[in-house]
Amino acid sequence: MLAYIARRIVYVVPIIISVALVCFLLVHITPGDPLVAVLPADASQELAAQLRAAYGFDRPLPVQFGLWLLRALHGDLGNSIATGRPVLAEVMRAVGNTVTLAIAAAVIGFTMGILLGLIAGYFRETWIDKLATSFAIAGVSVPHYWLGMLLVIIFSVQLNWLPAVGAGPSGSNSWAWDWAHLKYLVLPAITTSVIPMGIVTRTVRALTGDILSQDFVEALRAKGLRETGVFRHVIKNAAPTALAVMGLQLGYMLGGSILIETVFSWPGSGFLLNSAIFQRDLPLLQGTILILALFFVFLNLLVDIAQAAIDPRIKRG
Amino acid sequence: MFMKKTTRAALIAALALTTAAAWPRVVSAQTVLRIGMTAADIPRTLGQPDQGFEGNRFTGLTMYDALTGWDLSSADKASVVIPGLATEWKVDDADKTKWVFKLRPGVTFHDGSPFNADAVVWNVEKVLKQDAPQFDASQVGVTASRMPTLASAKKIDDMTVELTTKEPDSFLPINLTNLFMASPAKWQAFYDKAEGADAKAKSQAAWTAFAKDASGTGPWKMASFTPRERLELVKNAAYWNKDRVPKIDKMVLLPMPEANARTAALLSGQVDWVEAPAPDALPELKQRGFKLYANEQPHVWPWQFSRIEGSPWNDIRVRKAANLCIDREGLRDGLLAGLMVPATGTFEPGHPWRGKPSFQIKYDKAAAQKLMQEAGYGPNKKLTVKTQTSASGSGQMQPLAMNEYLQQALAECYFDVKLDVIEWNTLFTNWRRGAKDPSANGSNATNVTYAAMDPFFALVRFLQSGMAPPVSNNWGLINEPKFDELVKKARQTFDPAARDAALAELHAASVDDAAFLYVAHDVGPRAMSPKLTGVVQPKSWFIDFSPVSIAK
Repeated sequence: MLAYIARRIVYVVPIIISVALVCFLLVHITPGDPLVAVLPADASQELAAQLRAAYGFDRPLPVQFGLWLLRALHGDLGNSIATGRPVLAEVMRAVGNTVTLAIAAAVIGFTMGILLGLIAGYFRETWIDKLATSFAIAGVSVPHYWLGMLLVIIFSVQLNWLPAVGAGPSGSNSWAWDWAHLKYLVLPAITTSVIPMGIVTRTVRALTGDILSQDFVEALRAKGLRETGVFRHVIKNAAPTALAVMGLQLGYMLGGSILIETVFSWPGSGFLLNSAIFQRDLPLLQGTILILALFFVFLNLLVDIAQAAIDPRIKRG
Repeated sequence: MFMKKTTRAALIAALALTTAAAWPRVVSAQTVLRIGMTAADIPRTLGQPDQGFEGNRFTGLTMYDALTGWDLSSADKASVVIPGLATEWKVDDADKTKWVFKLRPGVTFHDGSPFNADAVVWNVEKVLKQDAPQFDASQVGVTASRMPTLASAKKIDDMTVELTTKEPDSFLPINLTNLFMASPAKWQAFYDKAEGADAKAKSQAAWTAFAKDASGTGPWKMASFTPRERLELVKNAAYWNKDRVPKIDKMVLLPMPEANARTAALLSGQVDWVEAPAPDALPELKQRGFKLYANEQPHVWPWQFSRIEGSPWNDIRVRKAANLCIDREGLRDGLLAGLMVPATGTFEPGHPWRGKPSFQIKYDKAAAQKLMQEAGYGPNKKLTVKTQTSASGSGQMQPLAMNEYLQQALAECYFDVKLDVIEWNTLFTNWRRGAKDPSANGSNATNVTYAAMDPFFALVRFLQSGMAPPVSNNWGLINEPKFDELVKKARQTFDPAARDAALAELHAASVDDAAFLYVAHDVGPRAMSPKLTGVVQPKSWFIDFSPVSIAK
């Protein structure tokens, strides 16, 4: 197992370097001026050159990449052009908010998804299955943006039960797991949860149906195992694949959703990306993409390791 | 025992009475105004805000003052420059590059340190003197280009400073509205405590600390700041201008870039005031009793014509025809639901720089068709023109829909309009490169909106031949000697009334030349709770929060 983990970690290194290179190049090859956030369009050439030199944008691209990567390895992602604040601090604060949102959405989405999937799988081709499947399809298909606005209209504007935007009450500078803060989380978390809920429902339904149709289940039943025992076997066999799907979904959620976070003004990584793109704040954009990509890579690594721990066949493969 | 009981009862009664007396004060202790901004982040708080004039509106003019300011007291008259931290100013009669500013006595920064000539010199040098300890490159871009001729500052005495410009420039007092005075004492305290490898690193650390605990002389003081989430300001009861001491105790600024989210936050009572509500929600907002404010802004939504060789816009008949072919009232009342003012130039009647153009921009399709026919075009020989625009962008209003409206309207005057739609930041970058640059992609016009607060921004950078790329925003490379002469005349006329007259002459000349296709002015729509009173929305990008009250 340790050798497997070591091998997986070694595989991650070139992926990280490639991710760093791609995210560095992507924001450089797009048209437009990286100093647009601080350099008005009528700034003189002299001023533009001065600022370009101050931010290091006058250097050759490979040199910029090398310096950026070297600093990044030391935990320095530079300062935001727009705000002057350290990129790492900006990103970590935003990621913290996104993680909070992702956790809440995962709890809702995965719980609902597993439940609906198991029910649908056990009652395949019945009206219960059709209802659960319709719910799952709706979850995957409905536009986030639209659902978010709908929830806001119903629960904030009409009923006035929950706040429409923000991440906490006035005067509060950090997150707390109390109702004063949680009520800000409810609507964005529900909105974020619908896609993972739909995907997990469909995955678990398919897995459950497949497993239930296999011969060993019949054998277990023939041996007189009670249905709860059969259920445990179903869960155990479905878990690795379901876990992989949930890991990926969690990865997507940790990446933040530009649309959902913008609709709810939730100050997470999606909101930060939106802001960085809008302001064409290259250091912030690069730093945010890099951190999110790293999250995704490490989450995949964790999922791989967890899968291997649950199912030794994967380790051998 | 009896005495003890009596004493205890008396104490309880006294406590109850005291509490009861204090209760109403506690309940109504603090009035709070919560504002949903269109920005995705709190504009920079260290004295020179980013995010354009929205930045100046919320973190510039609230916490800071400049030597000169804007009169924001009237909704009817154009906002004009008035004394701010300087009470008076005068250009040197012998050397027109030198100005003397008399400073307002008795003004202190929020940290209690005095505002004086040293503070002015320090603030000028924070953006102009590269070897000054407080020089901050990140503040230069949003400042230096707004006062392009300012060269240096010198202390004459504690309450007098001399500012020097690179060339005679009568626009300086107007440009100085953009230089906000931050507290040198507060910054120095942060600098002394800062850690860093060298003076530059310490300076950067000091500015970072200053941004979190800012100190200006403005009517609002920073109370707390959570980047990207909220900025809380409290009233400065000791503000030097007693007429502008805020009536509200606290103002909370919340970034909400999405129009529907802002509107929902207002409708649900989460905020009291939103900038730019979703246009399709206006009827509901009205119906629910929310107050709507809008007024003509110093802002122009134009097509800026290419005047390079071979451009179809080099024929003044064509330029005039386009200006006469647009039903701006129809655009306002239909597509934009009233949220625009038809543009008949950069400045409208009533503005001191309007002048008296002889060419009246209005909707006159017959006249437009006649001009086009005189220029050699007609139903069977259409003139193809290409315009570069964006799908969105700050100040661009609704660029795609508006350009499609223009496309249809101009088709009736024998124009065949092609649109080249690109991303907003790219369009903005291309703006500096000019009509000859490959980035123009063969376009004969560009559609970038502009602020018209001061003469340089509104007129000079577009009309003066020397402002052609790469120097500034004369994208179309206009080269009209008359404009150059009038720019020079305006810059070198130092009596304010005579300077305004010279600017009016320049503006009238640009309208008579149909220099742009003038379409619309934005109106800065905002919606707010009916509990708010005292709101005056001036003809400006800015607004004064001081007179605003909240009814109980």
